[in-house]
Amino acid sequence: MAARRCLGLWFFLITLCVVSTGADVLHTTPVTGTESSAAGTETVVARELPEAPSDPGEHTAAEPTREGEQNDRTRGGEQTLGQPTREEEQEQEKTREGEQTPAQPTREEEEEEEEQEQTRGEEEFTREEEEEELTREEEELTTEEEELTREEEEQTREEEELTTEEEELTTEEEELTREEEEQTREEEEEQQTTAQQEEQTKRWEATELEEEHVHDAAVPPLAGDPPAADPPSPPPSKDDFQEELVIRPLHSGDIYASFQFRTVWDADFMGDQKVSHYRLFPKSLGQVITKFSVRELHISFTQGYWRTMQWGQPYLPSPPGAELWVWFQDTVTDVDGTWKELTNVLSGIFCASLNFIDSTNTVQPSASFKPLGIGNVTDHSFLRYATLPREIVCTENLTPWKKLLPCGSKAGLSVLLKSEKLFHSTFHSQAVHVRPVCQDPQCRTTSMELRQTLNVVFDLHTSGQGKREWSLFKMFSRTLTEACPLASSSKVYVDVTDNPQGEQFELSPATPLLTQAVVLGDRRTYSVYDLTQQASFGSSRSLNMLLRWKNSHNNVVPPVMLRPLLHSERYVAGYGLQAGEIHTLIYNHHPYRAFPVLLLSAVPWYLRLYIHTLTVSSKGKDNRPSYIHYQPSKDRERPHLLEMLLQLPPNSVTEVTVEFERALLKWTEYTPDPNHGFYVGSSVISALVPSVVAMDTNSTLDRPLFSSFFPCKEEASYFMRVYTEPLLVNLPTPDFSMPYNVICLTCTVVAVGYGSLYNLLTRTFQVDEPSPGLAKRIANVIRRFRGVPLL
Amino acid sequence: MAAPLALLLIVAVTIRAALFRTSLANLISERVEVVSPLNAWKRVVEGLALLDLDISPYSGDVFHETPMVIYLFHFLMDYAEITFMLADCLTAVALYLAVKDYNKQVFRKQKFALEADRIPMDCLELIRSPTEMYYIPLKVAMFYLLNPFTIVSCVAKCTCGLNNAVIALFILSTMRGGCLIYGLFTVASAGLYTKLDFALLSAIFLALATYHLSVPDLTPNIGLFWYFFAEMFDHFRLFFLCVFQINVFFYTLPLSIKLKEHPVFLIFMQIALIAIFKSYPTVGDLSLYMAFLPVWNHLYRFLRNIFLVSCVLLACSALFPVLWHLWIYAGSANSNFYYAITLLFSVAQILLVSDYFYAFLRREHHLTNGLYLKKKDGSEATLVLK
Repeated sequence: MAARRCLGLWFFLITLCVVSTGADVLHTTPVTGTESSAAGTETVVARELPEAPSDPGEHTAAEPTREGEQNDRTRGGEQTLGQPTREEEQEQEKTREGEQTPAQPTREEEEEEEEQEQTRGEEEFTREEEEEELTREEEELTTEEEELTREEEEQTREEEELTTEEEELTTEEEELTREEEEQTREEEEEQQTTAQQEEQTKRWEATELEEEHVHDAAVPPLAGDPPAADPPSPPPSKDDFQEELVIRPLHSGDIYASFQFRTVWDADFMGDQKVSHYRLFPKSLGQVITKFSVRELHISFTQGYWRTMQWGQPYLPSPPGAELWVWFQDTVTDVDGTWKELTNVLSGIFCASLNFIDSTNTVQPSASFKPLGIGNVTDHSFLRYATLPREIVCTENLTPWKKLLPCGSKAGLSVLLKSEKLFHSTFHSQAVHVRPVCQDPQCRTTSMELRQTLNVVFDLHTSGQGKREWSLFKMFSRTLTEACPLASSSKVYVDVTDNPQGEQFELSPATPLLTQAVVLGDRRTYSVYDLTQQASFGSSRSLNMLLRWKNSHNNVVPPVMLRPLLHSERYVAGYGLQAGEIHTLIYNHHPYRAFPVLLLSAVPWYLRLYIHTLTVSSKGKDNRPSYIHYQPSKDRERPHLLEMLLQLPPNSVTEVTVEFERALLKWTEYTPDPNHGFYVGSSVISALVPSVVAMDTNSTLDRPLFSSFFPCKEEASYFMRVYTEPLLVNLPTPDFSMPYNVICLTCTVVAVGYGSLYNLLTRTFQVDEPSPGLAKRIANVIRRFRGVPLL
Repeated sequence: MAAPLALLLIVAVTIRAALFRTSLANLISERVEVVSPLNAWKRVVEGLALLDLDISPYSGDVFHETPMVIYLFHFLMDYAEITFMLADCLTAVALYLAVKDYNKQVFRKQKFALEADRIPMDCLELIRSPTEMYYIPLKVAMFYLLNPFTIVSCVAKCTCGLNNAVIALFILSTMRGGCLIYGLFTVASAGLYTKLDFALLSAIFLALATYHLSVPDLTPNIGLFWYFFAEMFDHFRLFFLCVFQINVFFYTLPLSIKLKEHPVFLIFMQIALIAIFKSYPTVGDLSLYMAFLPVWNHLYRFLRNIFLVSCVLLACSALFPVLWHLWIYAGSANSNFYYAITLLFSVAQILLVSDYFYAFLRREHHLTNGLYLKKKDGSEATLVLK
């Protein structure tokens, strides 16, 4: 019953949020004090400032973070410079309040000012209050609810979640009431009222509720950035959620869609106080991070192989199958034990076979996997890396992944994530990245960042019926109707770099917003649809982008795709089941620049590598790696780990070969389909690649001369990770139907040896005296009785 | 006598040197019958490569040689071929000298027995003559050096050639020292594959011993272990490991009681049984005990099935590569084929050894009880084991 009530509340909140965003924020009525009303309206004005036509150049400064900055540890969390609405709005507010703000305030700075203002307890309390009041309205809402409950399964699951949450809430209720009194006093203070006012304007829920509120002092900051206020006693924790979708038409005619959902939370998971109040950050992950002292967690599930030569570089590379790498806090003593437990827990959370990660497929890379978040950790004994190349990714992995999103699959971009379409694709990859990021440029405090990404490539022929015409509906069988109400930013980008004048394809509905960014070393142009703007949806109230190519007349040749500068292939050479050779080819397509790459391969123990057969050659010459980290395998304990630092000469192919021997395993160690072969996980190539932008040294086109002599540091090179193909290697197999026969036969042979030796050792030679026949013996017995001489 | 031996050595070295120069050397060094995970040259090179990378060769599961081998080849890497040829020659010479000594002893003992009239009159045809014994040491050296098994083992640079040299030297020193107990210990240590010398490095020793005893590497070889433990049920594994490994050590005590008068035959038996029942046998191990066969030439008349056994051994040696090819490369046969051949090969070896043991015991029996035994009723008697 409680669950049902809670569910009702949930849907009501969502409905309200839709209503309130739709009906604009002017509905907001001041609740706290009289003097706040003026500020409130002003903010509304600020919000209504037209963002779209303002200045596209402003957005070129930085895009929301891309994987190109993976290795950039310092700017983990604050890459939101170009975020238009909220930042601008807040900036104006700040200026109005007479505070000294820099021209482009980063989110972190603002957050620092605002930090500690709003207690966790307060939020929970007001939620609870609302909930009680809402129960009255629940009956009325049931009709609405039914409309909304289309996907019954997911709801039932959520119901359960909500129930547990609710239980927790009730237990903390008493504590919260105490806090509430204190809170009310504080709310009276004048200083706070302004801040309170700001928040009101940004809230997304309807105001009717507030009017009924008895304890209306505490206002739930359910959306956006909470206001700046003096800190009450409990620790502050702010969270922020952003979502975006990038659509890139590929030269092959396929289309690449990349979702990113980013939740940042200023909670200190490793602090003394236990984090127990979760809002946007998924509790299941938060608890895992706390319990296992995880510093960083990166997990990806991928179905299909990314074809670099056809598709270019992905925004976030991932190897086929499952990949998991974790940096633990240096307080962890038993890293292996923790790792084992963690993989089992994650296996449960993501419904994946991560529990098959054990010491035989776990390695500790020494150089290839550095922490992506802040923290200068060098001791790689706290790092664990494992891949499961055989893992099949499907709906059961997608559903728990979606459940980690604040809006689930109910609103925002995540409504597009329908498994029947996502898995009907050539490439599908979903990932979760958790890392600590800086809250402010000084990096005094850290936040936890959760990034959920999903990349999918739809095939021209299977999904697109051979027509180069893509729409959201065609890709996902859904259209967009709203942003996630909990998201501070919600955007759709379409890569129109190859289509500056619309000569390749037309994009409808057209958007006036353009943004430029250097992505993976290349300057790209994107059309932007801001879902938080009602205008994006047009009159039909739904956004269904349509990309239609104009190649009916064939004279328009699509521009040749820029060859990826770094590219790799791997295969097994040799024949027979005894030995073999792993060849890894690394291509450097840069015309004049050599650059170093780190190559990591983890090879299972049953392919016994011989490191003395390792050869590295480029352009027919021996290319000695400047650094080799090799860990030999131990049978049934740990895999081989080979890490090398290679210098790739310009415009060359570097070939790395190493020989191996195939082991015969115990019959129980084979997979159920032993003759299918055994998978060897992808090799990982990590590199700082000179960017294409920097390659163009002659370009003085729209830049002043003084700026272009030395290559700009920012764009000179970019970090890239390339995963090679996983290998499928056949091993010799015993006859699986033979165990009894083999045991019998071999034991017989041993018994023959034992028996003959036993005979010879224990017995002596004797003359064979044939014993008398039976009749004779009986006759002799009788004769003995009679006393007659024997026969 | 020195001249034929020198000639033999030259011939043997020439053959090996010639084979080293052909492409056969690479082919042979990959053969599972010739090299095992314990003594493959590839793994020695790997161990040295690991050492060059500042990694302990024992941190992985590739290198299982003794530290001495590393030290040796650290300096002799470029002279590996010569080292292995020298080792073979050394073994042959040691065996040659040891057998020569042994023959002298045998002859002396026989002389004493004859003088003391302890030998029955009808056993004169069992008496060994000096002319017959004269060429035995040379034959032993020849059996070792020209045995195809020894040659392929040397060409594959299998380190069991070095082990054989060590064992042969032990045997020689035993003969010279004339101490039975010492000989026993020598053979026992040979059973541990000459690793007791380096027991100082106990951790390494322990790792090596576990590797020997627990048979983690199931790469096919000519022994009984690999397929058996590949197909074994997990919960019986330990039990059968104990049963199988005990076979190597089990016969030492009863054999030394039974053969307390005949230490050299004891050594022969022990080396042969170890070669059959060890966990990673190679043909190099066989070649050592086969070198002793000429010493027991005089037992020929009591051997029961030497013809059958030699045929089986020959056939199996030819079939090993064939069935291996069918299984591993052609894919038209499966592991059972190769397994069947290893099984047959083991049976043949067991029959060979037990046959020699039988013949030896029977000759001893005849030497005390007379050659032509009669039943009580005067008819010709047959001997049975009771």
